[in-house]
Amino acid sequence: MQAVVCIKQVPDTTQVSVNPETGTIIRTGVPSVINPYDLFAIEAALQLKDKTDLEVTLLSMGPPQATKSLKEAISFGCDRAILLSDRFFGGSDTLATALIISEGIKKISKEIGPVDLVFCGKQTIDGDTAQVGPGLARRLDYLQLTYVSKINDFNPNSKEITVTRHLENGQQVVKGNVPAVLTILEESSFRIRRSPLSQMIKTAKYEPLIWSNEDLKIDKSVIGLKGSPTMVKKIFAPEPRKGGDVLDVSPKEAVKAIIERLEEREVI
Amino acid sequence: MDKKAGVWAFVEQFEGTAHPVSYELIGKAKELAADLGVETSAVVLGHNVSHLAQEVISYGADNVYLVDSEILKDYRNEPYYKTLSELVKEHSPQILLLGATIQGRDLAAAVATEMKSGLTADCTGLDIDPETKKLLQTRPAYGGNIMATIWCPKSEATQMATVRPRVMPIPEPDNKRKGKIITKECALKEEDINLKVIDFIPTKSTDDEADLAYADVIVTAGRGVANPKNLDKVKELAKLINAHLGGSRGAVDIGLMDHKDQVGQTGKTVRPKVYMTLGVSGAIQHLVGMQFSDYIISVNIDKNAPIFGLADLGIVADLNDIVLPLIEEIKKRKNKNA
Repeated sequence: MQAVVCIKQVPDTTQVSVNPETGTIIRTGVPSVINPYDLFAIEAALQLKDKTDLEVTLLSMGPPQATKSLKEAISFGCDRAILLSDRFFGGSDTLATALIISEGIKKISKEIGPVDLVFCGKQTIDGDTAQVGPGLARRLDYLQLTYVSKINDFNPNSKEITVTRHLENGQQVVKGNVPAVLTILEESSFRIRRSPLSQMIKTAKYEPLIWSNEDLKIDKSVIGLKGSPTMVKKIFAPEPRKGGDVLDVSPKEAVKAIIERLEEREVI
Repeated sequence: MDKKAGVWAFVEQFEGTAHPVSYELIGKAKELAADLGVETSAVVLGHNVSHLAQEVISYGADNVYLVDSEILKDYRNEPYYKTLSELVKEHSPQILLLGATIQGRDLAAAVATEMKSGLTADCTGLDIDPETKKLLQTRPAYGGNIMATIWCPKSEATQMATVRPRVMPIPEPDNKRKGKIITKECALKEEDINLKVIDFIPTKSTDDEADLAYADVIVTAGRGVANPKNLDKVKELAKLINAHLGGSRGAVDIGLMDHKDQVGQTGKTVRPKVYMTLGVSGAIQHLVGMQFSDYIISVNIDKNAPIFGLADLGIVADLNDIVLPLIEEIKKRKNKNA
């Protein structure tokens, strides 16, 4: 039985800024990391692998350097790692990205074994869209299970899966049949395990497979910049809200000032 | 151009009550529709939800597409995305807005894929480009360090966006407003839906989680609050002025507050009348979640803290020198007035 975990190598967003003069993103010297939310997805898949005969394939899309994150992630105990990398993939928005990754999953289904479960993080920290997971579910016509906080039950024979997922005002327990795409929440129960030493040794020299569009053969008009309806028109530094008085006074006077403002606004 | 196929807002509802973001969307949709010279429509999906149609008209919708079916009772992706996609296919709206809530994001991404639409997540600004009449969608990126304006200049598909709750104001309802209600049948069959809801565990009503985003007064504890003893005093202050208690990421990181109470880019966006911070330094990711507050009061010990750059009243002080005297003073005034 096959599972795929989708991961993305992202810049550490806390260190990204805009050059106010040129309006371009400053990424020089910003380190790349595995999208932190994806680690919960890896752990969720590995927990099922612990209990069943599940094989876990890591799948990523990005430039050749993204093999770094795949090599890091495979040491947690995944079976193989594949990078989808091609200059024709560059500039893809979420619609085109989900298409490319879904074609990667179809190829895994065809060549390695039918993929019953796809795990994603709830979103990435660079894009923050949470759109690729649902996009995969639609492209593959798999059951879409987002914001999953718990996998209550999975029966490999009946192919039934029961999960708990978050909604705005509560949690829903739902049951359906795989194949399914799950996006996993950052629950402590899904905190990533330490890489076992044996696994680290085994994977030290592991080289991920790289699939280009020669392998996937997707029509070039539906991927990359051409296949992406959304485009960035401009980027800019957020306009700061203007502050008011800053008082460096005795606590007594400070309290008086706060009381005045609270009264003006009818809070007290 | 079909004026009815103008700007659409999806009405998110739970057990027949609309999520307030739905009204925020209708207000924004109406502005965009005015710029385009088209009509504003709302989509209501659910079971026993027909009363919502007049409600959304009062908030500004010209037309309401209503699909009332038992299959749509609980939110499930498949019946919702199929029903909404059918409506979009039939009427080809120029723009479709959904709330950037859990449900809105789950639904929008599925519909966008189905329609091959461009979709921009979590927008905080929406405008019409005067030249091309295309939708300009502005959103924070890279954790709020950057703002990006996204558009779909080449695509003819419906332009879709999810909109962050609490960023757009709620319009004043007008109960006398008239609109057209278009009722549609749901073509789906329950036995074809590959998902059953077997349980629902509501968030406890004592929990502030659901209310924090819509609170009028918020007191937020930052990393500077430092320990549970200090937090108790902050809680007492919040209670005294009927405020909801929020936390910065710093306070969550040190285990003082729970993530559900976090205000900021990765937590809630708030828009209260008064927002008071105690020991919050003001990292960018916090500021993007509270910058729409009407009035900001901040107490921090570091006079160079970024929070003072946007606070309407900044107090440079140790919060422990302020909170207790403030509590005493408010109590004194309350007793006097009682």
